[in-house]
Amino acid sequence: MDLTKLRAQFPTLEQTLEGYPLCYLDTAATSQKPQRVMDAMVQYYEKDNANVHRAAHQLSSRATSQYEAVRDTLTRFINAERREEIIFTHGTTEAINMVAYGLTAHIKKGDLILIDTAAHHANIVPWQQLAQRTGAIIKPIPLTSECRLDETAYDALLQDKPAIVALSHVSNALGTLNPVHSLIARAKQAGALTLVDGAQAIAHLAVDVRSIDCDFYVFSAHKMYGPTGVGVLYGRYEILDTLAPMMTGGEMIKSVSFEATEFNILPNRLEAGTPPIAEVIGLGEAIAFIDELPRTETCRVENELICYLQSQLEQLGDIILYGAHQDNVGAVAFNLAGEHHQDVGILLDQQGIAVRCGHHCAMPLMLSLQIKGCCRASVGVYTSKDDIDSFITALTSVKELLL
Amino acid sequence: MSQAVQPATEEFLALKLDSSEILPLFDNANNWQERYRQIMLLGKALPKLDEEFRVEQAQVRGCESNAWLYHCEIEGKHYFLADSDARIVKGLVALLLAACHGKSSEEIATFDIEGYFDRLGLTGQLSPSRTNGLFALAKAIKASA
Ligand SMILES: Cc1ncc(COP(=O)(O)O)c(C=O)c1O
Repeated sequence: MDLTKLRAQFPTLEQTLEGYPLCYLDTAATSQKPQRVMDAMVQYYEKDNANVHRAAHQLSSRATSQYEAVRDTLTRFINAERREEIIFTHGTTEAINMVAYGLTAHIKKGDLILIDTAAHHANIVPWQQLAQRTGAIIKPIPLTSECRLDETAYDALLQDKPAIVALSHVSNALGTLNPVHSLIARAKQAGALTLVDGAQAIAHLAVDVRSIDCDFYVFSAHKMYGPTGVGVLYGRYEILDTLAPMMTGGEMIKSVSFEATEFNILPNRLEAGTPPIAEVIGLGEAIAFIDELPRTETCRVENELICYLQSQLEQLGDIILYGAHQDNVGAVAFNLAGEHHQDVGILLDQQGIAVRCGHHCAMPLMLSLQIKGCCRASVGVYTSKDDIDSFITALTSVKELLL
Repeated sequence: MSQAVQPATEEFLALKLDSSEILPLFDNANNWQERYRQIMLLGKALPKLDEEFRVEQAQVRGCESNAWLYHCEIEGKHYFLADSDARIVKGLVALLLAACHGKSSEEIATFDIEGYFDRLGLTGQLSPSRTNGLFALAKAIKASA
């Protein structure tokens, strides 16, 4: 894989910030986009712009074919069984909200909902709302001292027959990987419905929803080299078909009268209103980009970068790493000992280094680590070893200034 | 900005910060290291607020770190005390206070805070999109004066 050629496809990476070349280590927040994704979206607006599913004319027919083709692409990309199992949403957040809302009738007072302690707020708050509506009880699945999901505690919690188990595939704050195959198998055995938040996994790992065997799998296009404003809700057909729609209106109906409305069948039933058409087309192009990568090699290279980053940070000294394991995916979390993560972020920014510093939308995780926040460096396919070296050099200067 | 508990008036008056003394320090700072070294020194000039004053009512919103602001008015002049649990942020806060501490309402209202940060070579740190809290703090200072 020629990294120079690959990087050249990402125009944003080519810039300097007050004399320092941009070093983008914030892919976990959002990835940069290859030119072809932007081109695909512009092409749609320039040539094919029309609303979908109303194909009385040629433009609309073209737009609809392109839009629906992306559903087929996704079906294959995550190995869903049927194309109707792919629902376009505005992102991970909306997808989880749709599930938590749509399951309201399935949940009754006293039902148990288990949530990964490392979960993003998007995978916590919608369940809390569901619990408030129904009287269900939320229990966090604790972490071990190594910041891994505590499987012993998990098995004990499963004894109580939870109705729902919500996990992250990869934690956004730490980059830790959950063994979702085995966790889901055990949850199913206990009779739970299962959701896996794949927002941080989808760009880095080959995801096979049938092999994971979860009921729902969700992710956002903007973290996988695609545009903002679109994401995916995968649901196993039988259960997806029972979700009450969170949004109603046009597109999702079969017939409407003032007396009664009959909903459309999947997937339209869960896609009310005009969808983000250009963004879906951009997502299709992002998948084409990923498909053309030598995936086994990029996975290995990304993992090497993460391990290199971890070891360089350790060597630097005065660094506290959180949940750093060899099998981490995409991200490394750390603090400079005794220093505030925001100070470190401000000083790295002075040197063109883009990292995220804060609570990473995972306040319960920060609480369990007993920290207010941390810095997170994250990588993508375009990240080079030079990026890591620049980052470490910059962090050395920060350390000199602060300590 | 009038909390039930306030630091004593003497503490407000004891704080000496003046932007006219600070600006020359930055004119000689040639790179970010020198600028931020000055900022940290300034932060040290701001006294640490006692635990009893590091409370939620005094907290400045929109800041990733914790920052607390107190204000009092004496004979038509405004005095401030502030603290943050982040050192660089505290220094940036001190820069902001230096522009307003001991000034009249009119002086504060007409002070060009953005121009001042630009002159310090800190363009952008005052932007509402930053999580350093300076924008919220500047608004709180202008509102209290
Ligand atoms: C693990 C995880 N879940 C959910 C989200 C929310 O994604 P979005 O903001 O795209 O809806 C993110 C994004 O930060 C994430 O990393």
